[in-house]
Amino acid sequence: MATETTKSIFWQGVRDGAPFILVIIPFSTLFGVVATEAGLNVFETLTFSVLVIAGAAQFTAVELLRNDAPTVIALVSALAVNLRMAMYSASLVPYLGQASVGQRALAAYFTVDQTYACAVLKFEQNPDWTIGQRLTYFFSVALPICPLWYIFTVVGAMIGGSIPEGLALDFAIPVTFLALIGPMLRTRAHVAAALVSVTVALLLAFLPYNLGLLVAGLAGMMAGAEVERRMGGVA
Amino acid sequence: MIDPVALWTVIILLGLGSFALRFVFIGLIGDKPLPDWILRHLRYTAVAVLPGLVAPLVVWPEATGGQLDAPRMAAAVVTLATGLWTRNVVLAICLGAGTLYGGLYLLG
Repeated sequence: MATETTKSIFWQGVRDGAPFILVIIPFSTLFGVVATEAGLNVFETLTFSVLVIAGAAQFTAVELLRNDAPTVIALVSALAVNLRMAMYSASLVPYLGQASVGQRALAAYFTVDQTYACAVLKFEQNPDWTIGQRLTYFFSVALPICPLWYIFTVVGAMIGGSIPEGLALDFAIPVTFLALIGPMLRTRAHVAAALVSVTVALLLAFLPYNLGLLVAGLAGMMAGAEVERRMGGVA
Repeated sequence: MIDPVALWTVIILLGLGSFALRFVFIGLIGDKPLPDWILRHLRYTAVAVLPGLVAPLVVWPEATGGQLDAPRMAAAVVTLATGLWTRNVVLAICLGAGTLYGGLYLLG
């Protein structure tokens, strides 16, 4: 039987999502600034964040559009960056697959790096949670994250170019991702996946349109799965 | 200046496409169990994609025109090491950002 109440799970989700505020605010502000500098108005910038709700893909699309890349290239590259969302979607199936179509559609919309990372970890640790408790947790992680994503996109768009370059906001993205990666390296299989991914991504960085990242992701997954298989079961 | 038609095409199609990617498995497959070998690969998605995404950003930072940069490299090492040892994402970000600003102040 589940020993936790849905209410306590709700607050657990909010608590687990809250630290990402420190990341989401600079990240979305930065997007607003970058988009405005590329010539987007506040409404266009906000629509971007609401419809796409994926930082790396948004940055990719704006960067390519700014450099007069063909529309198709900007679109395909940004979607390639977001391909990991399909992988997240697949790995959430065992946990959220029994929810109604509407609930699954809503969960799909709110599937971002942070909600996915928190949810998969907690769902693994709490196999006795009901589907309702899992959905509660998932949406409560998104609660401190996603609204701020929209709000600070607008703030960034309004601040525009008045942010000094010395703030080095460019490195907010790598620092965020690196901070997320550290705790993920739990087993030799995870370390293998990460090392293969880094190696392939750097070797294939010359490939256009983020194709190197796609190959690196696939190679990393295969490396992780192979190491796990050789070590016999879930490592 | 970005052409408004191109911009709105990308915003709308990227929004629809991103939702489709997020919905494809969880929405369409539902609770049918996935084969073991697929699940075994999926366990490593995040840890396979994020390092590949971040590595070029660390080695060739855009802000320095792609030149390897000591403060950014130090920040990356501190962030990753803190995350590894403490499993604390926020602490890793804080120490990483602290290292970056400290490094930029001392060297910049």
